[in-house]
Amino acid sequence: MTWYVSNPATLRKVTLGPASDDSGRFEAPAHTTSALALRGLVYVAAFVVMMAFLLIMGYVLANGLPALTPDLFAWEYTSANVSLMPALVNTLLMAFLSLLLAVPIGVGAAIYLVEYAKRGSRFVALVRMTAETLQGIPSIIYGLFGLLFFVSMLHWGLSLLSGACTLAIMVLPIVMRTSEEALLAVPDSYRQGSFGLGAGRLRTVLRCVLPSALPGITGGVILSLGRCVGEVAALIFTAGSIAAIPDFAGQGIFALFDSARTLAVHMYVLASEGFHIQEAYATALVLLVLVALLNAGASALTKRLRKDN
Amino acid sequence: MPVEKTRPVSFACVEERDPQLDRDAVFEANDSLAAAKMAVRSLDLYYKDFHALHDVTLEFPEKQVTALIGPSGCGKSTLLKTLNRMNDLVEGCRVEGDVLLDGADAYRTLDPCVLRRRVGMVFQQPNPFPMSVYDNVAYGPRTHGVKRRAELDEIVEESLRRAAIWDELKDRLKKSALGLSGGQQQRLCIARALAVNPEVLLMDEATSALDPISTAKIEELVGEIKRDYTVIMVTHNMLQALRVSDKTAFFLLGDMVEAGPTEELFTTPKDQRTADYVEGRFG
Repeated sequence: MTWYVSNPATLRKVTLGPASDDSGRFEAPAHTTSALALRGLVYVAAFVVMMAFLLIMGYVLANGLPALTPDLFAWEYTSANVSLMPALVNTLLMAFLSLLLAVPIGVGAAIYLVEYAKRGSRFVALVRMTAETLQGIPSIIYGLFGLLFFVSMLHWGLSLLSGACTLAIMVLPIVMRTSEEALLAVPDSYRQGSFGLGAGRLRTVLRCVLPSALPGITGGVILSLGRCVGEVAALIFTAGSIAAIPDFAGQGIFALFDSARTLAVHMYVLASEGFHIQEAYATALVLLVLVALLNAGASALTKRLRKDN
Repeated sequence: MPVEKTRPVSFACVEERDPQLDRDAVFEANDSLAAAKMAVRSLDLYYKDFHALHDVTLEFPEKQVTALIGPSGCGKSTLLKTLNRMNDLVEGCRVEGDVLLDGADAYRTLDPCVLRRRVGMVFQQPNPFPMSVYDNVAYGPRTHGVKRRAELDEIVEESLRRAAIWDELKDRLKKSALGLSGGQQQRLCIARALAVNPEVLLMDEATSALDPISTAKIEELVGEIKRDYTVIMVTHNMLQALRVSDKTAFFLLGDMVEAGPTEELFTTPKDQRTADYVEGRFG
């Protein structure tokens, strides 16, 4: 028996047995024209994706690298050096503040929805739908809301804080949805194991479920980080465009109410003024490198956290 | 566990009955139920509208292995999960009747966390946490407040020895438990359950996902640990029940048909349905 099955010659006969009169049909598909055309198309599609990436990278590199001078990294911005250094620091501050607000709330909401709320309840469905809707709103609308609410109504002015709060609302659904997916992906057997040992729900979530969901949650945080760092529309309306680092040393916590131009906004201003296109490319290059570094850092951090657990 | 504490016990007439009176009534009505390590009395269980267990009364003698057998869907696993309130986690599950641990009402006088510490569980699929071997075993003791490293070390070694897996794992305590074989994972789960020093150990078809050699090792292990623990196991494998258990209860469609010493139940069953099942005519 085994010999027949393992012998390729007879195997073919066995499997094609019923249709042996036109057995050619079974081997043909790989060579028909439509199959060849489809295969060609997917190759082309993959090639286009790769080329799009390479073109953008190449274009930014070619235009940005020559303009990348030490002047561009001066601590003080002047209209002569158009330094990106203040914007770079502001970007990090802005992203940090936004995530500081959005991550605890987003992860907390996800924990509630997955671990505490009744599964399949209407409230859960409502929160999920709200989050999905929020995710689909263009960022300029968040900007407009931030302008009306944080800037005008709360009198926070065009400031780091207004911008960070606006961005936090913007990325909140991303953090929540990805954390929710990550928590849902944790096998129930872990929860049962933990409950079975007499652990309470809080301990089960913190010690058992959350560590397993950490990579997925970090994925959401990285995504949000990208949105924060790359955002322009929402920030022009809420954080203004003053190219200086808020004076935390002098004003303490009140520096949060200073206007702060981020790298993406800086790039937008340089490009729209039209005088410093080369420097705008250099800024784009720095922005790309920054995003890559932040992502790599976040991944490395997750790996370490996982090892400790 | 704040949620479980505030959640009303899903018993009928819980307000009208005084637990103390209730327990006294149990003592009077049936001394053997109260004297057993664990027992259920007139237990009815519903999943929403589905009546999964009908009026089950059964005792689990101390330091013996009790096997629950029966075809799929007969309610044996459901009964097992009722004993440590794992059914609380199932939406729409309602329990009526009494679950007694050392004669005391396990549902109304014990916090579920305490009950689950005293009545440990091993699941059908080995479910080690995605942590090191050490942290897996230490999870329970840490949950119940053991912090000192030396004490934890001692508990971990003791538990792994009791689960007869110390020699295999002592050099890889820091390695992830997910890298172990299925049989090793299951024995690790047994060690993890023993680490909180339970009085009763529930095993829900704990060998059904394992190969014959691992199964034999676990059966041997059950024979060992029954000297210190009361074991209640659900099994599909009648030979396993025959090999391992002292007492067997046969379930069919939510009814407990017959319970008794294993030898007796297999050789001279009182009920025709039991006879048919153990002779392999259905199931």
